[in-house]
Amino acid sequence: MCRPVSIQRKDSYMKKILALLVAMVMTTSMAFADAVLINGAGATFPYPIYSKWFDEYGKANPGVAFNYQSIGSGGGIKQITAKTVDFGASDGPMTMDQLTAAPGRIYHIPTVMGAVVVAYNVEGVGKGLKLSGDVLADIYLGKITQWNDSRIAEQNAGVNLPGSSIVVVHRSDGSGTSFIFTDYLSSISSEWKGKVGKATSVNWPLGLGGKGNEGVAGMLKQTPGSIGYVELAYAKQNDLPYAFMKNQSGSYIEPTLASTSKAADGVNIPEDFRVSIVNSANPEAYPIASFTWLLIYKQMDDHTKGAAIVNFIKWAITDGQKFAEELDYAPLPANVVELIQKKLEQVKY
Amino acid sequence: MSARTLDKSMMSRQDTSDIVFRRILAVFPISILILVAGIFFQLVSSCLPSLHKFGLGFLFSRVWDPVAENFGALPFIFGTCVTSLVALLLAVPVGVGTAIYLAEYAPPKVSKAISILVDLLAAIPSVIYGLWGIFVLVPYMRTTVQPFLGKYLGFLPFFQGPNYGVSFLSASIILAIIIVPFIISVSREVILAVPSVYKESAYALGTTRWEAVYDIVLSYGRVGILGAVVLALGRAIGETMAVTMIIGNNAVITPSLFSPGYTLASVLANEFAEATTDIYLSSLIEIGLVLFLVSIIVNILARILIWSVTKGPVQVIK
Repeated sequence: MCRPVSIQRKDSYMKKILALLVAMVMTTSMAFADAVLINGAGATFPYPIYSKWFDEYGKANPGVAFNYQSIGSGGGIKQITAKTVDFGASDGPMTMDQLTAAPGRIYHIPTVMGAVVVAYNVEGVGKGLKLSGDVLADIYLGKITQWNDSRIAEQNAGVNLPGSSIVVVHRSDGSGTSFIFTDYLSSISSEWKGKVGKATSVNWPLGLGGKGNEGVAGMLKQTPGSIGYVELAYAKQNDLPYAFMKNQSGSYIEPTLASTSKAADGVNIPEDFRVSIVNSANPEAYPIASFTWLLIYKQMDDHTKGAAIVNFIKWAITDGQKFAEELDYAPLPANVVELIQKKLEQVKY
Repeated sequence: MSARTLDKSMMSRQDTSDIVFRRILAVFPISILILVAGIFFQLVSSCLPSLHKFGLGFLFSRVWDPVAENFGALPFIFGTCVTSLVALLLAVPVGVGTAIYLAEYAPPKVSKAISILVDLLAAIPSVIYGLWGIFVLVPYMRTTVQPFLGKYLGFLPFFQGPNYGVSFLSASIILAIIIVPFIISVSREVILAVPSVYKESAYALGTTRWEAVYDIVLSYGRVGILGAVVLALGRAIGETMAVTMIIGNNAVITPSLFSPGYTLASVLANEFAEATTDIYLSSLIEIGLVLFLVSIIVNILARILIWSVTKGPVQVIK
């Protein structure tokens, strides 16, 4: 007599669970019934601003939802090439080989700008050490090894530089930050270009590798005499002293959001946006700056998704830019916004 | 008669259920074999481009240049072996010593309390050890430990060269801290499992406590203790996050433990996400294959060691 009762009980439990499941599935499918879900993947550097944008844009346009995986620029390029996502994102432009490997024409759309700052830990020296690109390259090539080297000293009259040796720190993980930094050194020093080159990871001639911005910052804070590079936002938030870099017109520029935006302001931007803006010709520009890009197909497969993506980008490069500064990204200058708006007209969906 | 048939039917029933149970159980080890073979096959097939391009030279080249697409694994193999071995040298005496104390000497309450702490240590994620390494261990190594070693043992090539704090030595110490709970936990269980008859017999023969521990307990338990060490070594070879954070990630081969280094697992963790070209990715996967092979070889060597050691008087005791 005992068994049938317990079976009956089990039965009623099962029914309840089943009913609950059905209810859950129905409510979730109803919630997403008319929302377009847009999948994206790629760069980690712009992830905070992209999340903010997706959130804000989603609030204003309830019909669109985003799913962005910050798996790295390399992954973003691979996934957009394989069409497993609706858009990719990258901190470095795709190479010609990568573009031809893609099944369709891919557009690079700049979204915000970032700067890489040169930070250091030198006893008695605060923010604002003046450095030129060739000196920086020679430090990273191991040719300048002392802080009181005459080539550093002659740019910093009045600064008491110690005779300690320079400890070079770089990122150990592949990153867009390293790409921008090595891109800058390659544009300044032909020796760097020939020996090392530019990439998200390179064969560093010397130095300690820290994992992530936090790894580099940790090493800088703890190693007297060290020099390294981190994202602007990271240096500001962690109070790391950073250098003013000599730009193309010979002025020493403090890295700020404004001086970063200047790097693309008034300079010649090619129509495909695949451009390095390090060592910008603008006399007020900070020289180690870069765009970060969204990667989309010129011919979108899905009409609804294509329309949603283009509308989102139109919003992001105009209204969305006001969220950039609070998250320490440099907004796009007006000339670039105009160019992008023209470019978006060519996108078919 | 009826009793016999009943017996028989019971026997046959047991037989079928036994067979079913045995077959079901056999699925699990086979699935492990399939898993290992699958990993191996996948690694080999994904790194074919790199195998073709670099051949055996991959194992002996010191260059790792993603821009020129020229890859070699030697500094990483070196780094993995050095950090794991130094970690073992540091962890085994502490681990086995602690286990002996906990099992043989400590009052039961103390033993229990410390055992719980040890198990807690084993559960700390390695990224926590890594952060602790960056902010606590590395500065201490730079300001205190490495200058001390350089001053008094600087005549050895292991303790020479510039002192940055991030180094093979720091990474080995973190690894030792990570693996020591495994050694303690397993060794303690092994020592507790030594039948007390043996120890009592030893005492009856008039041995001291130390003699009983050394001659009886360690002799009897050394297979198990070596097993604990092999387990710990496997963990040390594969450990990624904590090591990456404090080894300095510089691909060099040097006898100096003060020098920054690089390991197989670290280069994978560092560069996999942003590797774009096919040959780059394929070379990274070959690093994974090398790591897989290094683990297998080290495991086999450790097993040979166990076999050779266990052929001693331990058999007589058993």
